[in-house]
Amino acid sequence: MSIHTLSVLVENKPGVLARIASLFSRRGFNIDSLAVGPTEHPEISRMTIMVNVEDSPLEQVTKQLNKLIEVIKIVELEPGDAVERELLLVKVKADPDTRGQVIDVVQLFKAKVVDVSVEAVTIEVTGNHDKLADFLRVLEPFGVRELVQSGMVAIGRGSRSITERTLRPMPVAVPAPAS
Amino acid sequence: MSHQHTTGHSPGPAGQSVTGAQSLIRSLEAAGADNIFGIPGGAILPAYDPLFDSVKLRHILVRHEQGAGHAAQGYAVATGRVGVCMATSGPGATNLVTPLADAHMDSVPIVAITGQVGAKQIGTDAFQEADIRGITMPITKHNYLVTDPAEIPRIIAEAFYLAGTGRPGPVLVDIAKSALQAQTTFVWPTELNLPGYRPVTRPHSKQIREATRLIVEARKPVLYVGGGVIRSRAARELRLLAELSGIPVVTTLMARGAFPDSHPQHLGMPGMHGAVAAVAALQKSDLIISLGARFDDRVTGNLDSFAPGAKVIHADIDPAEIGKNRRADVPIVGDAREVIADLTVALQAEHDAGTTGDYQGWVGFLAGLKKQYPLGYEMPADGLAPQYVIERLGKVVGSDAIYTSGVGQHQMWASHFIGYEHPNTWINSGGLGTMGFAVPAAMGAKVGRPDATVWAVDGDGCFQMTNQELATCTLEGIPIKVAVINNESLGMVRQWQTLFYEGRYSQTDLQSKRVPDFVKLAEAYGAVGLACDNPDDVDATIRKAMEINDVPVVVDFRVHRDAMVWPMVAAGTSNDEIKYARDLAPEFDEDDL
Repeated sequence: MSIHTLSVLVENKPGVLARIASLFSRRGFNIDSLAVGPTEHPEISRMTIMVNVEDSPLEQVTKQLNKLIEVIKIVELEPGDAVERELLLVKVKADPDTRGQVIDVVQLFKAKVVDVSVEAVTIEVTGNHDKLADFLRVLEPFGVRELVQSGMVAIGRGSRSITERTLRPMPVAVPAPAS
Repeated sequence: MSHQHTTGHSPGPAGQSVTGAQSLIRSLEAAGADNIFGIPGGAILPAYDPLFDSVKLRHILVRHEQGAGHAAQGYAVATGRVGVCMATSGPGATNLVTPLADAHMDSVPIVAITGQVGAKQIGTDAFQEADIRGITMPITKHNYLVTDPAEIPRIIAEAFYLAGTGRPGPVLVDIAKSALQAQTTFVWPTELNLPGYRPVTRPHSKQIREATRLIVEARKPVLYVGGGVIRSRAARELRLLAELSGIPVVTTLMARGAFPDSHPQHLGMPGMHGAVAAVAALQKSDLIISLGARFDDRVTGNLDSFAPGAKVIHADIDPAEIGKNRRADVPIVGDAREVIADLTVALQAEHDAGTTGDYQGWVGFLAGLKKQYPLGYEMPADGLAPQYVIERLGKVVGSDAIYTSGVGQHQMWASHFIGYEHPNTWINSGGLGTMGFAVPAAMGAKVGRPDATVWAVDGDGCFQMTNQELATCTLEGIPIKVAVINNESLGMVRQWQTLFYEGRYSQTDLQSKRVPDFVKLAEAYGAVGLACDNPDDVDATIRKAMEINDVPVVVDFRVHRDAMVWPMVAAGTSNDEIKYARDLAPEFDEDDL
C-alpha cells in the first residue's frame, strides 16, 4: 500500500461530497484525509483526497471517480512536485514553569500561539504530514489536552494550473423540441 | 394557466408562465417521451393533472412501481430509446429501487421521475418522505433533486441525454411538490453544459492498429461479445467483422441476439452455464477480443485461472470496465459500433496487403467440441421437460418475436434453447438477477413494439412476484404472452441444494401446482389461461396462445421439477472445471490444436 494524493475538481453542487464519499465506501477504498474548498472559479470546488492503495486499485478509484457526472478532472499530485499542507490546532498544558519550554518548541517549528490561559496554550501550526507529526512528538511530554487537524491540501509546483482549461465550455446541442 | 397549454400540440412560446408540473410535462414531451409507466400519489399529484391533458404522452397505470420500472426497461431495450417511469415520494420511490439497480447493472437507459415532499418539509421526516436521491446514488448513472421549478426543463433534458448516451443507464429526477406547484417559465434549453461528462465514442487509431496486429498474429482468437454490442446497435458491424476474420464468436447472456445463433461461427453463451465450446473458446484462447463485455464473474469463473494463455483486447465505452477484472493488453475506449467498424477496416487493409490470421486448427478444435458437447437435455421418462417447452416455443414462435425472462433455471434455458437471430429480441435481468423481471419487461417491450409478438418466459417463483401487471396488460390493451415454466420450485436454488447441500430442499418447494391455480389467476385478470403437462400437447398449446391477440395469455407449463441446468461451472471454481452434465467433465484435448 502507498499513499496517493488526488486533486479532484468537481462542480460546486449539493450532494457532490456525498457522492464521492459513498463511491469510496462502496468500492471498498479508505480515505485517509479529505479537504474540500472553493477555487478561483465559483462554480468549481476542489477536493484533496489522500487514499492508501496499490497502484492498480488507484487506477480503478480514479476511473470510477471520473464516471461521476459532477467530477470534472482528477490529477494525482506526486509528493516531490507538489506543496502539501495540513493545519493543526493543539491545546497543550503549560503552567508558568513549562510555558517557556513550550514557546521554544513553537518557535522552532515556526508555529504560532493563538490563545493563552493559565494552564494551557493553544498553538496553530501548518506544514506537511511529517512536520506535524514531529511537532506533536515534541509537544507530547508537556501534555496534549485536545487537538484538531485539517485534511491535507496540495497544489502542484510551477506555473501550470490544473483548473485553467477545465472551464472551457463544451456544450452539447439538445435536440429541438418534438413538435 | 389553463391546461390547454400543456396538451403538447406545440411546446408553446418560450418563456411562458406555467406551473412546475406543466413545465415537467412539456419537458418530457420535448425530450421525446411517448409512454410513461407509473402510479400517482400525493407528492407527484400536481404532475398528473397536466399529464391528463397531454396528447403526446400516454401514461400506463401499473399496479406496482417495480412494474413501472421494469416496463420502462423492457420498453428501452426493445426500442433502443429511453424508457420513462414515474412514482410518488417515499414508498413509491423506494419501489423503484430494484428496477433502477437492475438498469444500472445492465446499462439500460431509463429516466425515473419521482415526486418529493415540499422543499420546506425535506429533512423533517414528513409523511411519505424518503431521501430517494441519497438512496439511489450508487444505483443510478446520475440523479437530481429539484427544488427550483426553473431548473425542470434543463434537468429533464440532461436526464434524457445522460441516460441515452455513453454507457447508458438509469437517471432519477426527484422533484419537490412545491416546485411542481410553483409558477415558473418553460424554456427548453438549446444546449447542455456538462463539463464532467464527455464520453469517448471514437476509438484511438493507434489502439486499433495494435489490436489488428494482435488479431492477425493470433492462432486462437475469440470474439467475446457483450451487451454493449446490443446497446450500440452494432450487430450488423459485428457480423461483418466476424465473417471477414473467421474468428469464432461467443455472446454473453446480455448479448444473446447480437450474433445469429444459427451462424456457423457462433459457439453460444459462455460462463457458469455456458456451452462447452463457448467456455473453451475463452478458456483456451490466446487472444480474447472483448467487445462491450465486462469480464463478469459469471463469465470468468475463478479469475486467477481464467483464460491463462490469452492476451486481451478490451473495447468498452466505459474506461472503468477496462482492466477492472482482467488486465488488458490493448485497451480501447470507444463505442462498440465504431470500434468494430474501425477494426474491420484495419483488418481488411491487412488482408489486402496479404496478411491474414491462421485460425484453422483452432476453428476445427472448437467445431469438434461443439459437435461433441452440444446443448442438450434429457427427456424424462414421465412428465414434461422444461427445456423441451422452451425449445418448442422458439421453434413455433420464431426469431422475430421478443422474449423476456425472469431469473433462474428458466432464464438459462431460454438463453440456450430459444434460438436468437436478431438484437433486442432477448430481454432479461443479467447483472442484478431480478426475479419477477419478465412480466413487466414484456409489458414495456410490447408497448414499445406493439406489432411484435412478446413472450415472457417465466418461472413459477418469478411469476408470483410481479404477475399483478397482467391487470395493467388486460386493461391497457397490451396482449403479452406468458409461458410459466412451473416446476413448483425455486428451481435454481433447488439445483444448488441438489448439488451442494445433499439434496436438503430447505424452503424451495413453492407447491405452485397446487396453489395458485395459474389458469384461474389468468382468468381473474381478464387474460386467457391455458395449461399443458404433456409433451404431445406443447406445440398445440403454443399455437393456441399465438392465436389470441386481444388479451394476454398465460400458459401454465407444468414441468418436472428435477431438471437441471447444464453445463455448469460451480461458483468460484475455474472454467476448467466445467461439467457437461452431473459428474461428466468434457475433455479439452489440446493435442488436437
